Amino acid sequence: MPVERSQIAFVREEQLPERSPPVLETGALKWIRENLLNGVTGTLLTLVSLYAIYFVLSSVLPWIINGLWNTNNIRECKDILAGMSGGCFSVLSDRWNQLLFGITYPNDQYWRPSLAFVLLLIALAPVLFSQVPRQLLVFSALYPFIAFWLIWGGTILFSAVALIGFGVAYMVYSRLVARSFAVAIVVGLLAAVVTWWLGGFVSDAFPDFAALEVVASRDMGGFMLNMILGVVCVSLSLPLGILLALGRQSSMPIIKWICVVFIEFIRGVPLITLLFVANVVLAYFLPPGSNFDLILRVIIMITMFAAAYIAEVIRGGLAALPRGQYEAADSVGLDYAQSMRLIILPQALKISIPGIVNVAVGLFKDTTLVSVISMFDLVGMIRGPILASTDWNGVYWELWLFAAVLFFTVCYGISQYSQWLERQLTTDHR
Amino acid sequence: MATISAPPKASFALSMLLNDTRYRSYTFQFISLFLLFVAFAYLGSNLFRNLADAGLNISYDFLGEPAGYDINQRLIEYTSQSTHMRATVVGVLNTLLVAFLACLSATILGVVAGVLRLSRNWLISKLMAIYVEAFRNVPVLIWIIIIFTIMTAVLPAPRAFRGDDATASMIFESIAFTNRGVYVPSPVLGSGSLAVVLVFVLSIVAVFFYRRYAKKKLYSSGRLLPVFWPSLSLLFLPSIFAFFVLGQPVSLEYPVLKGFNFAGGWTVRGSLIALWFALAIYTGAFIAENVRAGILAISKGQTEAAASLGLRPNRIMNLVVLPQALRVIIPPLISQYLNITKNSSLAIAVGYMDITGTLGGITLNQTGRAIETILLLMLFYLLISLSISAIMNVYNKAVSLKER
Repeated sequence: MPVERSQIAFVREEQLPERSPPVLETGALKWIRENLLNGVTGTLLTLVSLYAIYFVLSSVLPWIINGLWNTNNIRECKDILAGMSGGCFSVLSDRWNQLLFGITYPNDQYWRPSLAFVLLLIALAPVLFSQVPRQLLVFSALYPFIAFWLIWGGTILFSAVALIGFGVAYMVYSRLVARSFAVAIVVGLLAAVVTWWLGGFVSDAFPDFAALEVVASRDMGGFMLNMILGVVCVSLSLPLGILLALGRQSSMPIIKWICVVFIEFIRGVPLITLLFVANVVLAYFLPPGSNFDLILRVIIMITMFAAAYIAEVIRGGLAALPRGQYEAADSVGLDYAQSMRLIILPQALKISIPGIVNVAVGLFKDTTLVSVISMFDLVGMIRGPILASTDWNGVYWELWLFAAVLFFTVCYGISQYSQWLERQLTTDHR
Repeated sequence: MATISAPPKASFALSMLLNDTRYRSYTFQFISLFLLFVAFAYLGSNLFRNLADAGLNISYDFLGEPAGYDINQRLIEYTSQSTHMRATVVGVLNTLLVAFLACLSATILGVVAGVLRLSRNWLISKLMAIYVEAFRNVPVLIWIIIIFTIMTAVLPAPRAFRGDDATASMIFESIAFTNRGVYVPSPVLGSGSLAVVLVFVLSIVAVFFYRRYAKKKLYSSGRLLPVFWPSLSLLFLPSIFAFFVLGQPVSLEYPVLKGFNFAGGWTVRGSLIALWFALAIYTGAFIAENVRAGILAISKGQTEAAASLGLRPNRIMNLVVLPQALRVIIPPLISQYLNITKNSSLAIAVGYMDITGTLGGITLNQTGRAIETILLLMLFYLLISLSISAIMNVYNKAVSLKER
């Protein structure tokens, strides 16, 4: 039975116009309601954090804004500020070179470490970013020799001989590697040693050839020392760590146990004790009369320390590879060295990148510990010569803030890079 | 017809030591053992030559001699007439003290920061992210020195507390923050205090048994007994009752200004506080990341499954998420404890007398016995590290997923 139109009280025949959602459910208000005022606890937390932010900013901002950048000493600072809150940042501009290069590095030679630092960035670029032209890698390979010449000075022949030694070793190695990996390594090393020995005569004969003023290791200081220790030790400990990790995975019991004992021992003691060893004990174990540079002893110790940690990270990467990769490498007839170089390590190292970067960041932070054995790195400079001077005795916050910001920039930068690299390297599809 | 012939019986040739995989590993191992032996022999002979040249010998007799230096922060009796051995023990206890305090506070700080970083509150999660990044990326040595500077250069001297125009005042009339250290009240145990302590210990045991009973009841009958308030009252009420019944045998000795300094109560040196706080805040940032990773590692399906069973949010946290997250959190947590213990050796930078400061610092400088002291020092840290990793292995075995 059809329904009479008149029997129905009301029929809507056109769509109602869309209404905008309630104010509280859109835009900024919704975001605030959900992210700042969610429930009683949420609101309380917001209030507490707002107060904390206010508290910090209200004391720090005037201190920074009123800061003075060009006074001669702390008394002048206090006179000008006259009780106002304000930082005495003049210490940074006054002692800038000391903070960066230490106290005894010759003043007219500051361009050398600065140039070495700029070149370091250029040398790192092709290693860190695959978009950079690959030809630059040649410069990265040359960089260690150039940097050594720039920072320590002396004749360029010394660096050149070292470089030629490596070149000869590589040529011999690439000639022989097709026959046997082990033979190639041993003969290559021998060739390098012979080259160095012969080249030693050449560089001794011409000590003034393209020579820069010689700077002794004990004259290095400031943030430069932290950079040198960090860069050198990380790059040296990576190959050592790979060897240790492979040794720990080895099926040969003696080699395995040597590596296990080394790794566990180093990881079990604090870095400070190892630095003490470098400082006071190591000399007992060297031939009588040998005078080993303190910086070199410290580099050896920190490298060993970092290598043990990197070895554990890489061992994790090796263990995470599926068993099938090892078996596949074996089944196509690769020997141990080939399978490691071509199949296992590229994958294992990729997995270990975050861990290796963590170790590198930790190591860079740990380079400050050398101040404990009275080397004048950035922390040592601040605690020693600068805070003890009559001009700046009592300027704590400006200096420590500077040190903290410097380390934060480098370490945060490295960890952000590693996260970016991880995203670049993911080949699985998620 | 297939013939299976026995493998040719090759006679052993010398070249097989290098070319045959069956024997090659022996060659390598022999070579490396030999090289290791040569290296040790070389280092050892150098050592003996150097020691003979310097007219020294290896001996631990110095441990029995009077130390001759003072240690201002100590847990056991010690005077400058005590032996180096005693000084070492004081150092060991100081290391353990600061490590324990820092582990405890770092855990609390880290768990709170890690959970808050996952909070839905945008502001607090960003603040916690700033905390974590700021403290993780700056060397702990700098934090230690900064807090030490606050403790020694910013806090008022004891004389600021003196007189009517005092510029500083004690907190709750009992705690004084001065640049010579923090003075806190110490408990004085009168007669009958033993009973109060005993009652307290008994209530801890009682709480333990009550919770077990509640759990058993829940599993057998499904009845849920209240746990939190009963345990809390069980823990404190009997002791408070005993305390008043026995006539308040435990009292507090408050620090008071005497002469140029405070006397009475306990003194906590600025160096201890600097080391403790710095290690706690620094490691807390790392622990916060571990906690966050652990909670994020539990898949959302677990929470949703628990919710669909009708569990309430706090039950979901306690019964489903936390037990699984702990399995992820605890191993890195323990290695952070290990890091705290090792980093506590930085005490030497602020003059806190831990084992690095006593044995590896003043004792080494006074006796000149570098090899012996540093060997002892390393053995101590090694012992701690190895025992903690042993505990960790046991724990990992216990909680690892039982898979078939």
